[in-house]
Amino acid sequence: MTVKVEDKLFLDRFRVDEEPHLVLKDARVCVADCEEQPCLYICPAGVYKLENGRISVGYEGCLECGSCRIGCPHFNIEWRFPKGGYGVRHKFG
Amino acid sequence: MRESFDVAIVGGGPAGISAACVLAEKGVRTIVFERGEYAGAKNMFGGVLYGHDLARIIPDFAERKCPVERNIVESRIWYLSREAGFNLAYRDQAFFDQLRNNVFTVGRAKFDRWFADQARARGALVVCSTVVTDLMKDDAGKVCGVVADRPQGELKARVVILADGINSPLAGKTGFRPEPRPEHVALAVKELIDLPEETINARFQVEADHGVTTEILGETTRGMNGVAFLYTNRSSISLGIGANLAALSQRRVRPYELLEEFKKHPMVAPLIQDGKPREYLAHWLAEGGYDTMPHLCGDGYVIAGDSAMMFNALHREGSNLAMASGQMAAMAVYDALNKGDVTRKGLEGYRDLLKDSYVLKDLKKYRRFPSFLDSHDELFSTLPRLKCMAAREMLTVNGVTKKEKQGRIWKKIRKEMSLKSLFRLVWDGWRSVR
Repeated sequence: MTVKVEDKLFLDRFRVDEEPHLVLKDARVCVADCEEQPCLYICPAGVYKLENGRISVGYEGCLECGSCRIGCPHFNIEWRFPKGGYGVRHKFG
Repeated sequence: MRESFDVAIVGGGPAGISAACVLAEKGVRTIVFERGEYAGAKNMFGGVLYGHDLARIIPDFAERKCPVERNIVESRIWYLSREAGFNLAYRDQAFFDQLRNNVFTVGRAKFDRWFADQARARGALVVCSTVVTDLMKDDAGKVCGVVADRPQGELKARVVILADGINSPLAGKTGFRPEPRPEHVALAVKELIDLPEETINARFQVEADHGVTTEILGETTRGMNGVAFLYTNRSSISLGIGANLAALSQRRVRPYELLEEFKKHPMVAPLIQDGKPREYLAHWLAEGGYDTMPHLCGDGYVIAGDSAMMFNALHREGSNLAMASGQMAAMAVYDALNKGDVTRKGLEGYRDLLKDSYVLKDLKKYRRFPSFLDSHDELFSTLPRLKCMAAREMLTVNGVTKKEKQGRIWKKIRKEMSLKSLFRLVWDGWRSVR
């Protein structure tokens, strides 16, 4: 089953910071050393995508769960919360 | 920030706000840092809140317009195969008439905001849109304040209460708690689905303001240790599913695909038909239980709620443990401040209070439960399938004798599960909850 996560993220409100709060520490590790690439699957917002052989990080739709940080087998994601007041904003919760 | 405070609290969720209410009421100068634009902006849970611990902090919460969605009068447990399932339900009108505030549904964006306002009314300062990025330490290594992501963001406090939730980059940075491993958390995704109030009343066969909760186990998590849920709000349904993060990773399952599959199950689909999706959220559950909890205090700080991995998976209790622990943290901090000893030793009273309460006693009782679920995949695969097969066989009237049917069922079960593994399942299960 293919599910478009974009349709789900469309329901949420985000205040996007220009500066990303998710950064790959060393993008080469993802390509050269990471066979599993679990970030492509576990992220509930589909932040990580494989594009032209590289991992792209669409931090704008991040739901701030932290799964990629602890799920990355190489701990290759520099992960911090968006600046105060930025990021996802729940209406109902 | 030049002002100084007695207590700085990181996180404006149930644990942090509970602590703030108690401390502010006692006249302790208290500040809460919340990273969301308002308390609750970042928070998510399944949707069920218990009133007991809230009432200990705010006895008249119902009169103070606590944003309750529905009082829960019926609790259901479903055990599902891919296309069928069992339903065990308990309904009791007493949960509306006499025990009305025992359990109810809330939306955290509304509830936490309301709760933070109660702390403000008691004199606590709640600062939103502010992330605590580090802890200040004195020369002896004692925590003596927080660093926030704003100009002149250093703020001194005699004690810091860490109530920043399960996903805590601050814990990773300062080491007050180890970073959880993927096998110690479940990743849950939830969708809020709008439906007219009357439609919900009709579909769940309840009167106005009455609600139903449903916890779901079985093949819905595709053989992974996990759980799904479906809760009624006033004019929406909270529906979600979560599975062990290590299992999701290993099996390359996208959480939102699990959610969509769940929504299509024949027992779920009619309940949410024509509903309008309104919000999509994701959060961790502290699945590791008692054995993954950190030491609850140190020099100048205590840890409360999800931040301390307090979660009772069997009884879906988390936010109430957060409130209880926040309240006890506040009481212990108050004592330590009065005695003038805010070292780890001076703050140990927090641990003693928790130990004597249902919080640590329950968590300890069920300490084996997480590993029981983790080591018995068949609970989420073979077992629900076989049970549904047996029910279908017995309920099909086709001229075959009941004795022969029983023989067929038993044969099928034995083909997939040995007597030994069946015995082990029952034995391990009993041991994990006794």
